[in-house]
Amino acid sequence: MIEVRKLYKNYGPVEVLKGIDIVFNPGEITAILGPNGSGKTTLIKSILGMVIPNGGEILLDDNNVLGQWLYRDRISYVPQIANFPGNLKVNELIKMIRDIRPGARNHGRLIDILKLQPFLDKKLGALSGGTRQKVNLVLAFMFDAPLIILDEPTAGLDPVALILLKQLIASEKEKGKTILITTHIMNLVEEIADKVVFLLDGLIYFHGRVSELKEKTGEDNLEKAIAAILKDSYA
Amino acid sequence: MLKILKYSFMDLMRSRWSYVYFFFYLVLGFVLFFLNSDVTKAVITLMNVIIVLTPLIGTIFGVMYFYSSREFTELLLAQPLKRRTIFAGQYLGVSLSLSMSLVIGVGIPFVLYGIFGSTAIWDFSTLMLVGAFLTFIFVALSFNIALAFKDKIKGFGFSILMWLFMAVIYDGLFLLSMMIFDDYPLDKLALGATLFNPIDLSRILILLKLDISALLGYTGAVFKNFFGTGLGLFLSLSLLSVWVIVPAALMLRQARSKDF
Repeated sequence: MIEVRKLYKNYGPVEVLKGIDIVFNPGEITAILGPNGSGKTTLIKSILGMVIPNGGEILLDDNNVLGQWLYRDRISYVPQIANFPGNLKVNELIKMIRDIRPGARNHGRLIDILKLQPFLDKKLGALSGGTRQKVNLVLAFMFDAPLIILDEPTAGLDPVALILLKQLIASEKEKGKTILITTHIMNLVEEIADKVVFLLDGLIYFHGRVSELKEKTGEDNLEKAIAAILKDSYA
Repeated sequence: MLKILKYSFMDLMRSRWSYVYFFFYLVLGFVLFFLNSDVTKAVITLMNVIIVLTPLIGTIFGVMYFYSSREFTELLLAQPLKRRTIFAGQYLGVSLSLSMSLVIGVGIPFVLYGIFGSTAIWDFSTLMLVGAFLTFIFVALSFNIALAFKDKIKGFGFSILMWLFMAVIYDGLFLLSMMIFDDYPLDKLALGATLFNPIDLSRILILLKLDISALLGYTGAVFKNFFGTGLGLFLSLSLLSVWVIVPAALMLRQARSKDF
């Protein structure tokens, strides 16, 4: 379980997070939604300790994690843009991460599932965006961590890989893991998410089930519901 | 930290530029001996090159490595590692690989021309030590600059400016002040000014070791009169260590509170 309390963050004069309070439960997939610049990635990076908040607390199983580092062993993270050191080969990168962070075991199976064998000896710089994203998924899912954070995991994936990704996420959920996902693809949200968090201007505009969001906005389609909120906020 | 060091080191070792740097020193060493087979004179010529070039290369490589390994750094930041571990490892990786290129590149010609049998062995070792010190100092300074600026162009610009200031402008300003305040006793000022520039400090250290008063220059002469050779050597070495430790510590401190 991860709990965020009164989280504030500003970059210079720009306030990105203005007091976020939220709890993510185990066994639940929560989709973090919001327009560009609403603070989704900042929230995620704060949880990971890559961004240092100006105020507030983040608790992982009731332990404050701000300024800590060992807790990241309990997080699998798929970053937004899969950029890797270009002169490394795929299997060298996987080996390196396994060396730096012991405990990986699923990599062989994941490489099989995602059909990455033909690329193992290729340099990361020579891979297509979608293939790089698959490598990204292997790096995150090869660890058996109770918290999984996916930042735009679908970028560049073909339909087959997308189905595989959904299956992966579903099987992790069954193991009782806490899963956070940001995406702009509403179909995916409707299909897999249990709950939705909608961020707007650094505040939580909505937190609840997808059906509740639809009720609140009076729309029967999630995409339209989101559009309705955005129209209100721009107006 | 050793693992990060290993990977940064390996990453640089497979980069073309490490080899260019290595071959440059190799060729320089052989050319020096081709022109003049006196080891002591070669050491002096080499000093003039090393004292300007190692800071420049340290600066450029430091900034370049920092910016180009940003993705790698972000990947590491999401792993259960301390920030200090990541940045200290990268810093040592860059500094060590550059120092190795220097020592091996210059070392091969000197060994072939019989440095081990010569009396200049200690002078040569001092020179290599100073070269390594300058590399460590300027990589730390450039990491600091790269951490402070997200924009690559700005980071590069400020780093080059920093090198130019230390290597050229500082001495110019210093001489200018000597001319303007000619009527006042400037010994203390001269001493103080030397301590604040690692390049000047390195030059004095080597010249003290070589014991060539003619090349010491004003600050060097003042330094020698003030401290004598033994204390002077000790003091300049300790100050160079301070010049490594302080920027490296500042860099780690800055990295602790940075957003990625």
